Amino acid sequence: MIAFWVLSPLIVLAALGVVLMRRAVHSALLLAVVMISLAVLYLTLDAPFLFAVQIIVYTGAILMLFLFVLMLVGVDAADSTVETIRGQRLLSILGGLVMGTLLVLVVAQISLGTMTGMGVANAGGNIEGLADLLFSRYVLAFEATAALLITAALGAMLLAHRERLDAKEGQRAMAARRMQEYATTGRHLGPLPSPGVYARHNAVDTPALLPDGTPARDSVSRVLAARGTVRSAPALADDIEDVQRTLDGVRGISGGSGGAADTSAGAGHNTENPETRPQGAGHPEGDE
Amino acid sequence: MDDVTPYIVLSTILFTIGSVGVLTRRNAIVVFMCVELMLNACNLALVAFAKQHGNLDGQVAAFFVMVVAAAEVVVGLAIIMTIFRTRRSASVDDASLLKY
Repeated sequence: MIAFWVLSPLIVLAALGVVLMRRAVHSALLLAVVMISLAVLYLTLDAPFLFAVQIIVYTGAILMLFLFVLMLVGVDAADSTVETIRGQRLLSILGGLVMGTLLVLVVAQISLGTMTGMGVANAGGNIEGLADLLFSRYVLAFEATAALLITAALGAMLLAHRERLDAKEGQRAMAARRMQEYATTGRHLGPLPSPGVYARHNAVDTPALLPDGTPARDSVSRVLAARGTVRSAPALADDIEDVQRTLDGVRGISGGSGGAADTSAGAGHNTENPETRPQGAGHPEGDE
Repeated sequence: MDDVTPYIVLSTILFTIGSVGVLTRRNAIVVFMCVELMLNACNLALVAFAKQHGNLDGQVAAFFVMVVAAAEVVVGLAIIMTIFRTRRSASVDDASLLKY
């Protein structure tokens, strides 16, 4: 029972989080918390087989499926707060509260008596007992389940399959199209610029800087831009000023004592670390 | 440990939270997660009652619920992906073409 009283507040909080979190990924992770805690509760209820199935099927398969679809779909899928039906949110929360209190009160009123416990039922082993039931009394339902799973797999393949309406673009056709685009719009022929080449670091969320200091839009993934995790332009401007300041400092040092700047040239590549920045004299650009 | 009432209360609370989530959220994937929450609440009640009555039928029922939930999620997420592919949105408000 200790496990129950420890886990039940956790489960309720995580379930509330599933409903309240704005980002779907956070909801999915909190749902994992709910499911694993429920699996442990199954263990306290003498259902070791369901404990394993809950973790393998729910947390392993279903949640992974959710996360895969979120990766494919929910790039910028923060919920809109606009209500389609006026007052619907308030009404549904009220209705939920009423239903919850009603159910909890009614269930708490019922006296179920002492529980029988699984001692007799699990005497020959939980899995063996379940198998006995599944392959005798519930064998028809079991077969129907097989049909259901086959149908679901076929249906998912059918629904997720996209019919190709035109022929796939070959390498020659792509080259011709790119040349055509270059001729008409002047679009760059080569590959897209890699992120952060001219900025201070080469992380994928840092756009490359063009020679005039503006970020190159093409250098970061469109997905990252939609998620809003790309380092913003003000931060980049700070970076540029930072580099300028460092360079000025280097000029000042090398103006005073040229030899000192040369000896520390090998160690000064770390411009990330603010402590080493004043003596970060290792920039070859700084000496020129 | 006399009876399974705490488990049933927890199950009803989970079910209520799930149903409120289905009603309030707009993202189809989160709505699906809330449906899963409700199914899990039912499973908890089934397993608890199995212990109350001392036989395994409740656990078998919970097992079937899990299988059906897996099949449902597979088809549902495929439908959501199809809708997203045609409408570029996973919001349940955008799929309203049948209304007109």
